[in-house]
Amino acid sequence: MSNILALIEVSHHGDLADSTPSLLAAAAKLGTPVAVVVTVPGAGSALVEKLGQLGAAQVYLAQSEQVGTFLVTPQVDALALAMSTFNPGAILTVNSVEGRDVAARLAARIDAGLVIDAVDLRSEGPSIVATHSVFGGAYTVESTVQGGRAIVTVRQGAIEGQADAAVPVVTTVSLESDTGRSAVIDEVIDNVVVSARPPLRGASTVVSGGRGLGSQEKFALVERLADALGAAVGASRAAVDAGFVSQASQVGQTGVTVSPQLYVALGISGAIQHRAGMQTAKTIVAINKDADAPIFDIADFGIVGDVFTVVPQLIEAIESRSKK
Amino acid sequence: MKIVVLVKQVPDTYGERILDPATGLVDRSGSDAVIDEIDERALEVALSYKDAHKDAEVVVLSMGSAAVTVGLRKGLAMGADSAVHVLDSALRGADVGWTSTVLAAALTATGFDLVIAGNESTDGGGGVVPAMVAERLGVPPITYLESVQISDDEVAGERGTGQGKLRVHAALPAVISITERLPEARFPKFKGIMSAKKKPFTVLSLEDLGIDPAVTFAGVGRSVVLQTTKRPARASGKKIVDEGNAGVELADFLVAGHLI
Repeated sequence: MSNILALIEVSHHGDLADSTPSLLAAAAKLGTPVAVVVTVPGAGSALVEKLGQLGAAQVYLAQSEQVGTFLVTPQVDALALAMSTFNPGAILTVNSVEGRDVAARLAARIDAGLVIDAVDLRSEGPSIVATHSVFGGAYTVESTVQGGRAIVTVRQGAIEGQADAAVPVVTTVSLESDTGRSAVIDEVIDNVVVSARPPLRGASTVVSGGRGLGSQEKFALVERLADALGAAVGASRAAVDAGFVSQASQVGQTGVTVSPQLYVALGISGAIQHRAGMQTAKTIVAINKDADAPIFDIADFGIVGDVFTVVPQLIEAIESRSKK
Repeated sequence: MKIVVLVKQVPDTYGERILDPATGLVDRSGSDAVIDEIDERALEVALSYKDAHKDAEVVVLSMGSAAVTVGLRKGLAMGADSAVHVLDSALRGADVGWTSTVLAAALTATGFDLVIAGNESTDGGGGVVPAMVAERLGVPPITYLESVQISDDEVAGERGTGQGKLRVHAALPAVISITERLPEARFPKFKGIMSAKKKPFTVLSLEDLGIDPAVTFAGVGRSVVLQTTKRPARASGKKIVDEGNAGVELADFLVAGHLI
C-alpha cells in the first residue's frame, strides 16, 4: 500500500482540528496514513499518541520557528519535504481556508493535479477517484488525476468512520522557509464562542430563519426552537442582509452548505441559492405564510401558516413530550 | 500602482445551472452568463483605491470563451482602465492547474503591483486559483480577506479561518482574494458605459503568451471528470394549512420519523 500524506491542522493553541479523524479516515481508505504535523519546536510530540489512536501509522513532525508568524508557507514546505521521504500516492488536506491554500501552492509548485472538495475517495488501481457534490448537491461528479501526482482537499467531516488505531513511527525534522514569498501574521484573534449550540457545519439538526421573521428581536424564535431541538441556528441570505443574524449563520450558495438529518426552514421562501446549501438534508420541514413559496417544493412536511403561532405550539409540544 | 482584477464568467445563480453529462463541464449555454458577483466586489476594492489615488491603474483580466467579452466590458464601464482577455479554444475544460498557469503568464505580460480576485467562484467553488497563481509568480498570496488596506508597498487585512481571525500583511507585489464581507460593487454609470468603448481591450492567445499546451503542460498532473450524475429532483411531501393545530401535527411528524 502506498503512503498517503495527510496535513493535520493544529490550532495556534496546539490542539488538533475537529477535521482530523475524518481526514485520517480518508487517508486510510487509500493507503497507509502518514500524519504531517507542522508546529513550533516541541509542540508536536504531545499530539502523536492521539494521532495514532485516529489511525496515523506514521507521524511526520515538522518543526519551525516560523509557524504562527508566516502564513501557510511552513506548511507547504513541510509537505514538500515529507514527499521526498514518503513518495506518497496522494496528499490530502482539509478543504478549509488554510488546507486549500496549502494544497493550491503545493500543486502549483510540484505540478500535481489538484482535486478539490472531495466528499468520498477510493483507489482504482494506481488512480484515486474522488466523489464531489456539485451545485449544492444537484450533481454527483467523479474525478481523478491524470499524468501526475494527486493532491486532494477533503470536505470537512464528509468521510465517516475511523481508521484503525496504530502506534505511530515518528519522524521529526526542522524546517526553515524562505519567507520572501510569504505573508506575515501580525495577530491571531480567537473566535469568541458565546453559544452552547452545535456549530452549523456538521450539525445533525439545523433550524434556519428567513426574512419572514421580521426583525432581529423576533429572530429569537428561531433560536428558541433550535434550543428545544438541540439544533444549530442557520439563516437565509435575506435574514443576514437584513441584519437579523450574523453572516456566519448564512446557509446557501455563498454561505455554509449543510447536510443535516433534519432541516427546519422558518419564514424562508427558498430561493435557489438557499436551496443549494441545504437540499441534501435528509428531512426538510418548512413553515411559511406564502403557500406558493418554492421551499414547499422540496419540503417533506410543509405548513402554510404563521411561524409566530405554529412554532411556539411546536416548542410546547416538544417540551411536553420531553417531560413525559 | 497597477492593480489587476481577475474576473470569471459564471452561470447566473438565479437560474438553473447545468453540467454537461458527457464532459462533466459547466454548460455555459444553458444559463445566463454573468461576471461572478464576488469578482465585482474585487473590482470594487480596486476602484475605491483608484478613487483616492488617481494615478492608480486598474486592469480587468479574464480567461474564458468569447462570452467573457460582455463581463470585461462591464468592468470597463464600472471604471477599469483596460481589459485583457485570454481566449484560446485549447483552454476548453482547463482545470485549476492550467488556468493558474495561463493567468500567471498573462499577469507577467501585463505587469502588476497587486492582483485582486474573488475568494471562490459560485460555479467551481474551488477557491484555489489565486494561491496557485501567486505560487507560480513567486509572490505572497493572502486569500479570503474580509478587509483590505492597500498602501504604497504593502497590502494588509483580516482573514477568517475556522479557528479565528488573522491579521496579516504582505509586501507588494502580491496576490489577494477577498470574501463577501467586502462591499458590493458600484453600478456602471452612463458616462462609464460610453467611455468603456474607447478603452484598451486586448485579446491574447496562448501563442501570444508563449504557451504551447503540448510542451507547457507535459508531465503536469491534471484533474479530469470521469462521470457526472444528476441527482433526482427532490419531491415535495405533505403540505398542510395551519388550522390551529399545525405545531402539534409537526411534532407528531418529527416523532414518527424519530427526529426528536
